[in-house]
Amino acid sequence: MALAKLKMDATQARLADVVLPDGAAWGNAARADALARVQAMGLPTKRDEYWKYTDPASLVAHDAPKAALFHNDEGPLFTAVDRVRVVFVDGVFDADASDDLRAEGLEIERLSDAMKTDIHWAKDVYGVLETRGQTPVARPLAALNTALATDGVVIRVTGKASKPVNLIYLHQDENSDAILHNVVKVEAGAEVTLLETGPAAARFSKALEVDIADGGTFHHVRAQGRDHERRAVTHCFARLGAAATFKSFTLTFNGVLTRNECILEIVGNDAVAHVAGACVGDGKDFHHDDTVFVTHDAVNCESRQVFKKVLRNGATGVFQGKILVKPGAQKTDGYQISQALLLDDDSQFLAKPELEIYADDVACSHGSTSGAIDETALFYLRSRGVSHNEARNLLTLSFVAEALEEIADDTLADELRDRLEGWLSRHS
Amino acid sequence: MLEIKGLKVKLAEEDKQILKGVDLSIAPGMVHAIMGPNGSGKSTLSYVLSGKGGYEVTGGSATLEGADLLAMEPEDRAAAGLFLAFQYPVEIPGVGNMTFLRTAVNAQRKARGEDELSAGDFLKEVRAKAKDLKIDAEMLKRPVNVGFSGGEKKRNEILQMAMLEPKMCILDETDSGLDVDAMKLVSEGVNALRSTGRSFLVITHYQRLLDHIKPDVVHIMADGRIVKTGGPDLALEVENNGYADILAEVA
Repeated sequence: MALAKLKMDATQARLADVVLPDGAAWGNAARADALARVQAMGLPTKRDEYWKYTDPASLVAHDAPKAALFHNDEGPLFTAVDRVRVVFVDGVFDADASDDLRAEGLEIERLSDAMKTDIHWAKDVYGVLETRGQTPVARPLAALNTALATDGVVIRVTGKASKPVNLIYLHQDENSDAILHNVVKVEAGAEVTLLETGPAAARFSKALEVDIADGGTFHHVRAQGRDHERRAVTHCFARLGAAATFKSFTLTFNGVLTRNECILEIVGNDAVAHVAGACVGDGKDFHHDDTVFVTHDAVNCESRQVFKKVLRNGATGVFQGKILVKPGAQKTDGYQISQALLLDDDSQFLAKPELEIYADDVACSHGSTSGAIDETALFYLRSRGVSHNEARNLLTLSFVAEALEEIADDTLADELRDRLEGWLSRHS
Repeated sequence: MLEIKGLKVKLAEEDKQILKGVDLSIAPGMVHAIMGPNGSGKSTLSYVLSGKGGYEVTGGSATLEGADLLAMEPEDRAAAGLFLAFQYPVEIPGVGNMTFLRTAVNAQRKARGEDELSAGDFLKEVRAKAKDLKIDAEMLKRPVNVGFSGGEKKRNEILQMAMLEPKMCILDETDSGLDVDAMKLVSEGVNALRSTGRSFLVITHYQRLLDHIKPDVVHIMADGRIVKTGGPDLALEVENNGYADILAEVA
């Protein structure tokens, strides 16, 4: 009990001077509700089972630790893609830098504008999917985000979107502490691709709620940029209706601390949910955590988790992934693989794969491995004249390939593969 | 071309001597075959020559056109003109066969101080050579050896050999896992590469491969040494009488 009290006291102290941003009509209620939930849950500490491998202290702390700005000589991603650019600088929407938000099949609004509208579709999603995602495991930092988010967009997809939406997160202030909350509603049969790119802030809290109606399709490709000292905690909550499709891929370069949580709830039959990620980290100051929770609550659905981590010079990778198959969710096909390529003995991979199944006619499998570069394959490449470094990089790309293949659009996948090759050649 | 003198090799991690003094001299343009029972050291010889880890040379030498092979990294041996066709070619998911070939060809050209092949020239050359080995465009696009049949893997090895144009080719049990038709196809690929400036060392258990790739010299290897050397007839003798007679004769 003493521990619980300590935790609650710490939470109260941390939240003592919190002032909720003005959410206007329904926003205020959603924020107040979220804050009350945070107070009831308590903010996470490293004593929490769910934070056993990742210390949340710097994510919870009142002030964001400073993060030096990083000069990225590679330029922005996806410049060749015809997209709607929505730019945030240190967590603040920049209308001048953004494109016209109107596009066929899309309704994009700034979160603060949506909250001012009394009757708005986003009211039924904002904080709602996040709340649903709080059981059976509490995610207090997501609720804190719902309470405190200062900006974000709400996107309604009404048909096949004419172009992808690219949320671009620029980092220009080394002390920035950004809290963004985005909401996407994919209407029945509609389809959209959401791109998220950039380092965002010194400390970045981001929530994304995605509600996919029957037959809707949501593609998500994200690249978390190269700033070494940045910290990020992100949550993606998605709810899938019947025959809905959700496909998400995240590529993370560098970063002193990244925790990406993805919480998927499949409520309609015949839905497909894939979540994948790859990260590359070099050095003791790299810590990357993928935490995934997939709930199957419908018949004949497929879920797939593919996570690959490339770690060198004392880098740390974490994976916590769970597939929960509820009673009656028959014919579930659940797959989960998490693998780390440890390029030296100093790096470590901590994995906690879990299955919890309450239906008797399902096919679920999970696997987790960590290992070094395969010496036989390395020799094979070198025997063909490929240098040791180049051979190792090719095999590293080969290792990551299964995750990259989760990106449906080859153009996007190729561009990320190029960036990955660049990273590998700089870090070899 | 290849000069091996008194080569002695043990396993790096245990006290087990595999090669106990191998002498072998292969002149330019010649095809030598090494036959021998399991465990005689044939594959070890091919690995040690191409630079695989896990072995320790305890004596002797191996040179390719006078250059000390054993002092070089595997990639430098390849650039110097050595090629090993693997008994078990390695699968590399996520790396396209074409990308792999091009990386290898250009890495070797670069190491030799030559210009890289342009994408167009490379493509033209690969397509022509692949066609001879009945390797279709689909197989070139697929990840290296992934989902290839045994025969496809071996054909892919020969395609790499054809593209890299080595001086000294070692074929390690290239016939294993091949049916009669595949063996014929692979052998034709090898025979097409025979030339006065290129030598071959064909390692095999069986005479049948040597019906297709006709050797100039045949060696019998046993217990880490070459125990008998002869002409193509020696392979026939093995086929008819097995190794026992020969081993008894030299013992």
